[in-house]
Amino acid sequence: MRIYPEKPKNVYFFGTCLVDMAYPDAGMAGIRLLEREGLRVVYPQDQSCCGQPAYNSGYMDEAREVARKQLDSFPRDWPIIVPSGSCAGMMHRHYPKLFEGDPDYFRAKAFSNRVFELTEFLVRVCGIRLADKGAPVTVTWHSSCHAMREMGIIGICKDLIGQLENVTLVELEKEYECCGFGGTFSVKQPEISAAMVRDKAEAAFRTGAQVLLTADCGCLMNITGALDRMGLAMTGKHIAEFIWERTNG
Amino acid sequence: MAKAFDFKANVNKALADQQLRGNFAAAMGGFVLKRRALLSDPEETERLRAAVRAIRRRTLAKLPKLLQKLEENCTKNGIHVHWAETTDEANALVLSILRSHNATRLVKGKSMVSEEMHLNHFLEAHGIEVAETDLGEFIIQLAGEPPSHIIVPAVHKNRRQVGEIFHQHLPDTPLTEDIPELNAIARKTLRRKYMEADAGLSGVNFAVAETGTLCLVENEGNGRMCTTAPPLHIAVAGIEKVIEKLEDIHPVYRLLTASATGQLITTYFNMITSPRRKGERDGPDEIHLILLDNGRSDILADPELRQTLQCIRCGSCLNHCPVYTRIGGHAYGHVYPGPIGKILTPQMVGLDEAGKLTTASSLCNACEEVCPAMIPIPDLLRRLRSELNAPSGEGTVRGHGAGRSCTEAAVWKGWQLVNTTPKLNELATRMAGLLGDRLPAVGPLGAWMSARTRPKLARKSLHRRCREEGVDDV
Ligand code: SF4
Repeated sequence: MRIYPEKPKNVYFFGTCLVDMAYPDAGMAGIRLLEREGLRVVYPQDQSCCGQPAYNSGYMDEAREVARKQLDSFPRDWPIIVPSGSCAGMMHRHYPKLFEGDPDYFRAKAFSNRVFELTEFLVRVCGIRLADKGAPVTVTWHSSCHAMREMGIIGICKDLIGQLENVTLVELEKEYECCGFGGTFSVKQPEISAAMVRDKAEAAFRTGAQVLLTADCGCLMNITGALDRMGLAMTGKHIAEFIWERTNG
Repeated sequence: MAKAFDFKANVNKALADQQLRGNFAAAMGGFVLKRRALLSDPEETERLRAAVRAIRRRTLAKLPKLLQKLEENCTKNGIHVHWAETTDEANALVLSILRSHNATRLVKGKSMVSEEMHLNHFLEAHGIEVAETDLGEFIIQLAGEPPSHIIVPAVHKNRRQVGEIFHQHLPDTPLTEDIPELNAIARKTLRRKYMEADAGLSGVNFAVAETGTLCLVENEGNGRMCTTAPPLHIAVAGIEKVIEKLEDIHPVYRLLTASATGQLITTYFNMITSPRRKGERDGPDEIHLILLDNGRSDILADPELRQTLQCIRCGSCLNHCPVYTRIGGHAYGHVYPGPIGKILTPQMVGLDEAGKLTTASSLCNACEEVCPAMIPIPDLLRRLRSELNAPSGEGTVRGHGAGRSCTEAAVWKGWQLVNTTPKLNELATRMAGLLGDRLPAVGPLGAWMSARTRPKLARKSLHRRCREEGVDDV
């Protein structure tokens, strides 16, 4: 069980490389949500990637150097908020392992304790309350594997959706199963990955929901890409962007 | 194996087989639900898993000592203990024991170690008739296939297919897909085999060092038939199957059955401590235990990889693996499939032979989440991947460096440079945003677009938005 700090004055925002390149709206929404909770959000411009792609591919030295760059880019002891269960899991759970035997081990360990996933931080630390201003809509929820199994925050995300009055949540069949993204897995084993994402996209479409929500842009890009490819009319959105749009109208 | 291992071809073949995918999806979904129903209290489950892990770690930490003790106590009980460094040695041992008894007909209970030895093939080549008696093994032996799953070897067949196999391979057998009828057919065939057999062979679930007892977990009773009906019993076990004390069995057995088949206990739990004693009405006159190493000592020597040997062969990681569920056990091309196979096989046969298997995981952690022995399978996969890609001379697993590609190594070096140099990172993101939809769909992008539309990259990165929209920088 994780011990959460008191609500601080300042927080860092770590955007993740995928949010940076493909989903900046989700990133901005996350920042605005934190600001609305009365926090000063700092976005260090030197930040880049958490290092997970190389780490998972077995390129540990390369992963460590990129991770070290992040240790340098977030120097103060403020919480680091990440709009992705996967990157948060990398920084929270794997950095200590990655730096084992390295002079920066203790720095990495301290850093990893400061890492929180966005929805987790909004609920557990800020105690966020949402006032829904949007029209009625049905959504379904896809939990990324790492949000679920490394950060343990699925209950939190669903509670957050539950706070939205006009939003109905329908459960995704085999919700526990991976969507097949897995970073380089999707290009190293494209056939298996394709079989997985097709099943996931079909299951999502079958729920009849209008929107698929998730807290990870990797999964989002994967599933919406497959939905598009299969001609299934369903949109996908990062949970931060969805919440921001519905509560800031 | 005669043919070189071609994982990609296997995968494509499996994915194209709709019947196979349907059979797997149905069977695995069922196992997942059954396990979940039985392990419904998460705290209790975590306590049990921690206990099993502790027991397995303690055992491995003093494995040589425990093996010695096991040998002593087995010998005291009248069980003959043999050691085999390689599968060839183990096979030769089995054959020589059979020959010294003039045994030519063998009934077999389920044993993955005997699969590891390719024992059936070896014995048949030496004139021994081998009959598999586990129902699943019986089916696939008729079909001429290796097991597809470590617990449910014929899980890839549905009852219609089983009916066809029986009809084709068993004389005077009508075509049926009625399950009780299929069971009756198998039983009738097998009963005769038990009566005629000169020897029985089994695996071992736990070999208890403290008492010299061999434990067998099973549901059908065929294991017990194999170990009691014929006059000679040969048990084969990997050296990691030892357990220190009787009291260690309980938590391990509890989680083994819960994780494997979602059962609280199994129908049979056999404890074999000696050959038939005077006045006893059944049991073999002679028992032999063959302890096989086959690379396990090397695995044991590495403190991280050693965790592989914590495995109790429950098959739960297979049941929960989205990759295994889609491609089935045969695609893995080796004895142990699924997540455990992906870490065990490359260590046993070398990364040069089976290193590719390590790429067949999205690292979703489903295997780690359910493993009763808490083996960090994803971490071990990363370790093996790093050894697979290592520059020559780095790494300890046999065949390390076999998957190294200079292009890939250069790509990651470039990635590192971009992600540690803010100016370059900005430039790269910008270029991607501008050129993204004009890049040709080849290489990784082509692989991606085989099942998905082209990713849409933003015109303005988050970095830039933050600067423009007034978010503080440091
Ligand atoms: S690795 Fe774990 S889950 Fe898989 S078979 Fe072994 S004990 Fe069971």
